[in-house]
Amino acid sequence: MSNRIYLYPVWIRIWHIINAILFLVLIFTGIALRFAGQENAVSLIRFDQAVAWHNVAAIILTASYVIFVIGNAISRNGRYYRIKKENFWTELIAQFKFYAFGMFRKEKHPFPVNEERKFNPLQKISYVLAMYAGMPVLIITGFGLLFPEILIQQFFGISGLLITDVLHFSIGFILSVFLIVHVYTCTLGQKPGTLFKSMMNGYHEEHD
Amino acid sequence: MKIALTSLIVALISVISLTDKHAPVLQEPQDEYQVEKGRENNIFAEDNENCLVCHGEEYYQLSDTAQDKSERRIMPSNYYVDRDEYYQSNHWSFGCLDCHPYDFEKFPHPTSARLEEPFHCNDCHGFDEQYAHYHFDEITEEYNESVHDDIEGFSCWKCHDPHSYEITIRTSENLEETILYDNNICLECHANYDKFQLLSSRDEIRIVSSHDWLPNQAAHFKSVRCIECHTEISDSLLVAHKLRPADKAVKRCTECHTSNSRLLATLYKFQSKKIRNDAGFVNGVILNQSYVIGANRNPAINMLSFIIFGGVVLVIIFHIFMRLIKK
Ligand code: HEC
Ligand code: HEC
Ligand code: HEC
Ligand code: HEC
Ligand code: HEC
Ligand code: HEC
Ligand code: HEC
Ligand code: HEM
Repeated sequence: MSNRIYLYPVWIRIWHIINAILFLVLIFTGIALRFAGQENAVSLIRFDQAVAWHNVAAIILTASYVIFVIGNAISRNGRYYRIKKENFWTELIAQFKFYAFGMFRKEKHPFPVNEERKFNPLQKISYVLAMYAGMPVLIITGFGLLFPEILIQQFFGISGLLITDVLHFSIGFILSVFLIVHVYTCTLGQKPGTLFKSMMNGYHEEHD
Repeated sequence: MKIALTSLIVALISVISLTDKHAPVLQEPQDEYQVEKGRENNIFAEDNENCLVCHGEEYYQLSDTAQDKSERRIMPSNYYVDRDEYYQSNHWSFGCLDCHPYDFEKFPHPTSARLEEPFHCNDCHGFDEQYAHYHFDEITEEYNESVHDDIEGFSCWKCHDPHSYEITIRTSENLEETILYDNNICLECHANYDKFQLLSSRDEIRIVSSHDWLPNQAAHFKSVRCIECHTEISDSLLVAHKLRPADKAVKRCTECHTSNSRLLATLYKFQSKKIRNDAGFVNGVILNQSYVIGANRNPAINMLSFIIFGGVVLVIIFHIFMRLIKK
């Protein structure tokens, strides 16, 4: 018997694929910029092209991020991102224990997916942090680097640009690590491909 | 969350503990002896007024004592000498007649005086121990090989205005002002076709369009000098003077946008040296006054990110392994 729930509306699927592609472009060109011209770095792209691609991808990403925020503010999809205070840590630890030990002992999934719960606690907190903490800082610092005249010149004697750059790189790096962990945890569904299929056809499927 | 915070804090702290092996080595700067400049300290100030009644004003009085006639005339701006700039310049302590022939006391100035060859910098500065750290001889050698040297009528004075030149990069506290000062030297001719034409019959070179390959041109011209790209790097000179033809100028972005940026050997040369002496770490200027994509690499942050990245990948590999054997 199989149980299908429609959990991924079309707009979130379109947003997600655009977002994923842009993110990969940004990571690739971002690395090219940061490690530009080093002898031991593989220069797969010319510096000026990397600058151009990074800027264009970033501007589209910003637009798509705005759509994500507005979409979740006005549609029902937003409720999956609401974090409740009670049992926050216990639920998080329960989910963590499941990934670390439980799943190898064939235990039952502690937070099965249903209409009310698309994400397990670990997914939820990582999505919320990535989308509502990481992304805004990444975008704001990115625009700071694009238009340096809007930045504070000096901050406790250190250049405002430098602080912005360090923040931008650090958040970019953290989100890249998020991406890897994210893609990997997406293989932890019923079968390794289940969640990817969901993200394409919109239906969460459960087989008993 | 905690991990993110911790790594951010570590990242910020490590900014302060930078090291870089590529810093250029420059001779010890001499302790600059401090002189009190200014009009009041110039013993020729009164005599200079004999010239500045005309050259220090926008108008001068053209008079004929024989006929007792006098009329106001405009002083052409090229012949104007600003008192404030003059008395703050390197050569603030001079009388006009230390450099100009006494014949200029006559008016109209005799043609012979007007066509007299001016002093060369080395007439006074060459072989003088006090100025040895400026390396006038080497600068002159480099200048002799530069594109401007072939131009009839060009000399050191064309860039070093005799009445306002002031050492800037050597004493710079504010890099942005220094860059502006140095670039204005070039733009004096390269953005002013009237002046350019005094020396060349070539068509106008429009700087903005001949550099349109450079993105964020305005930002670049505010944060690098023309000579960064147009001169050959010199090991011993603070300001390289060998200007190469346009087709040999730096066009590759990664000459600057990389960890051992050429800016360390040009624009930031003096500062990186000074800061290493004072505080024990290099790159301080790049870090504190400017920001160059690709050049601001911080080994500590990079190392930290490689470690975190490697750790995550290991955990994932281990997890996959567990999934496979526990299937
Ligand atoms: C009566 C006003 C007057 C006085 C006084 C005067 N000048 Fe001039 N000077 C001029 C004018 C006007 C010119 C512009 C060229 C011309 O028309 O002769 C000029 C031109 C010059 C030039 C440029 C010559 C060239 O062809 O490159 C020099 C150098 C100069 N003066 C130096 C001096 C010095 C030094 C003194 C003081 C000893 C002095 N002048 C006093 C009015 C004056
Ligand atoms: C350190 C030497 C020096 C001193 C001091 C000096 N001049 Fe000059 N001056 C020169 C030289 C060299 C030139 C020719 C510049 C060139 O070829 O571009 C010149 C050119 C000029 C000119 C022609 C316009 C120009 O700027 O090219 C005027 C006018 C002039 N001087 C006036 C004065 C007056 C007035 C004083 C005193 C207040 C003075 N100078 C002091 C070296 C000096
Ligand atoms: C007529 C002699 C003479 C000529 C020609 C001359 N200088 Fe000087 N220069 C001096 C003297 C003297 C001083 C010191 C002025 C003072 O502070 O009293 C000086 C100061 C300087 C200083 C500042 C030194 C310091 O440590 O403060 C620089 C830089 C300089 N000159 C560069 C030049 C250049 C470049 C030229 C040619 C374009 C030139 N000078 C031509 C005599 C000359
Ligand atoms: C094409 C323009 C140009 C010409 C020509 C030129 N210079 Fe310079 N020079 C500069 C610039 C720009 C600086 C940097 C000024 C600053 O910021 O202090 C400089 C700086 C200097 C300094 C100070 C360097 C230091 O260590 O602080 C000396 C000395 C000097 N020049 C001598 C000369 C002599 C001598 C000649 C002629 C043989 C000459 N220059 C010709 C552009 C020029
Ligand atoms: C006094 C005027 C003047 C100043 C100041 C000046 N230049 Fe020039 N420059 C010229 C002239 C004139 C030419 C020669 C044009 C020709 O080929 O006839 C020239 C040629 C050049 C060229 C060679 C162009 C080519 O086609 O190869 C470069 C590069 C250049 N200048 C850069 C600079 C830089 C950089 C500075 C400042 C450090 C500077 N110039 C300062 C007048 C000036
Ligand atoms: C980022 C490096 C860079 C900087 C900064 C820079 N230039 Fe250039 N410049 C070049 C290159 C490269 C060329 C040759 C362009 C080409 O061949 O397309 C050039 C060409 C020129 C030419 C010859 C143009 C022609 O059409 O023949 C002049 C003159 C010149 N530059 C002057 C300047 C002046 C003045 C400044 C400072 C305001 C400056 N440059 C700053 C790299 C630079
Ligand atoms: C002579 C050294 C030099 C060269 C060559 C150079 N740059 Fe830059 N670039 C800088 C410096 C310095 C800054 C820092 C500007 C600032 O402080 O805002 C900068 C900033 C930038 C920025 C960021 C501008 C901003 O608004 O913050 C971009 C993008 C850039 N460069 C791209 C390029 C490209 C593409 C090339 C090659 C075509 C290039 N640069 C060549 C020195 C250079
Ligand atoms: C190659 C890259 C990527 C792949 C293969 C991928 C895969 C997936 C899959 C399979 C899902 C559905 C599982 C679930 O709901 O948890 C999903 C959801 C999600 N992903 Fe990704 N992802 C990628 C990149 C990204 C990036 C770069 C971000 C953000 C920066 C991101 C943010 C999200 C979010 C917020 C959701 C939940 C969307 C919702 O249903 O509301 N993903 N992703």
